[in-house]
Amino acid sequence: MNALDIESVWKYYGDFPALRDIKLRIERGSTVALLGRNGAGKTTLLKIIAGLSGASKGSVKIMGEDARRETTRRRIGVLGHAISLYDELSAMENLTLFGKLYALADPRKRAEEMLERIGLSRVRDGLVREFSRGMRQRLAVGRVFLHDPEVLLLDEPFTALDDRAIAVLQALLREGHAQGRTIILSTHQLREALELATHVALIQRGQLVFEGPRTQEMADDPAYIYRTYGEK
Amino acid sequence: MLYLRQVFTIAAKDLRSELRTKEALNSSFAFSMVILVLFSFAFDPSSEQLHEISGGLLWLVYSFASALSLNRGFARELENDCLDALVASPVPVSALFLGKAVANYALLMAVEMVGFLVFGLLYDVQAAHYFWPVLLVIALGTWAMVVVGTMFSAVTVNLRMREMMLPIIIYPLLLPALMAAMTTTTDLLNGAPFGPNLIFLRVLAAVDLIYTLLSMIFIEFVLVG
Repeated sequence: MNALDIESVWKYYGDFPALRDIKLRIERGSTVALLGRNGAGKTTLLKIIAGLSGASKGSVKIMGEDARRETTRRRIGVLGHAISLYDELSAMENLTLFGKLYALADPRKRAEEMLERIGLSRVRDGLVREFSRGMRQRLAVGRVFLHDPEVLLLDEPFTALDDRAIAVLQALLREGHAQGRTIILSTHQLREALELATHVALIQRGQLVFEGPRTQEMADDPAYIYRTYGEK
Repeated sequence: MLYLRQVFTIAAKDLRSELRTKEALNSSFAFSMVILVLFSFAFDPSSEQLHEISGGLLWLVYSFASALSLNRGFARELENDCLDALVASPVPVSALFLGKAVANYALLMAVEMVGFLVFGLLYDVQAAHYFWPVLLVIALGTWAMVVVGTMFSAVTVNLRMREMMLPIIIYPLLLPALMAAMTTTTDLLNGAPFGPNLIFLRVLAAVDLIYTLLSMIFIEFVLVG
């Protein structure tokens, strides 16, 4: 069974087709770099996969099930453009909250473990609004990994991260890949993404124009994929 | 059981956030007090006229205070895109809605209870005689306001003019509930027996039930599409 089956997905905003007939199959354990220029449709596609938005036509199955099923959502971790954390709650309260929402056996213990892992246990009781941008980003990364998701959907995960947060995220993604998790990340940071990716998908004006394994040429020259498959 | 735990988790989170920022609480509380004090100067507390409009006056204050408070329901999820994380979580969207409604209800009831005590003092109402019957009317009427307000705060959450749009949308929908609550409250505060007003309590209970069920059915469509 594939981790992800996207069947002829279309998405319209009014009359404008933001996604056009996207067909994509992603095997379990793959790390897919979803590439494309601004406005190509990467975020729209990730939102549909995450069940945050409905497709106008077509279907998305995660591990063979509908993305909006509760059992499916339990298996997904989503990191969007923003941190999705509450400024007026502490780091510990934020992670415990999401631990409870994902019905973890011991949300507090898991939150403590994750705070240790992302290097924020020292400030566990500090309010998120008092954190630096890098600390907030690390906490957001911790939130996504908190419930050990099998499928990770990351939208521009490296954007605005400081060095330490990038290191934490890369370590968690490598670890996740080694554990057989499926990772789909949209990004403009080609070098970081192609270092991690096993597969590449390129979206252009809402259409999937390339999908396949990441080759050594792509890793050596991140612009290669745009030069070869992108718009001239 | 898990569903109720999720409702409680969302409600507890909203209450904790609100008690730390006090954004909705301060505005609705201050508004209620100002209106009650201003009207106490406008009307003679001992006049017959005031007794005739007492229920209407109280619910006027409650309904405006509720619009101020309920606007924050889903708007607080916009900061840092928290709504996406909640919708992506395995919590049923209806549980998310109910959790928010419960938190809004607790906050609004607190404001209303203080408002009712101040109303009793300023308008010379012997509230102790009618406290429990009036409390029942307030509890049912407030749930109607909360459930409609929370639902439409989700509908209007992405609008720039949401503070203005919410009252425009919810007041027409709340007319049956507000009319029933006003009539019953006025009667009870004027010493009328509970029996003849039972029909209005049934109207309030029916409105509560219908709007709650409709909101739980349509909230997924509103938040996910």
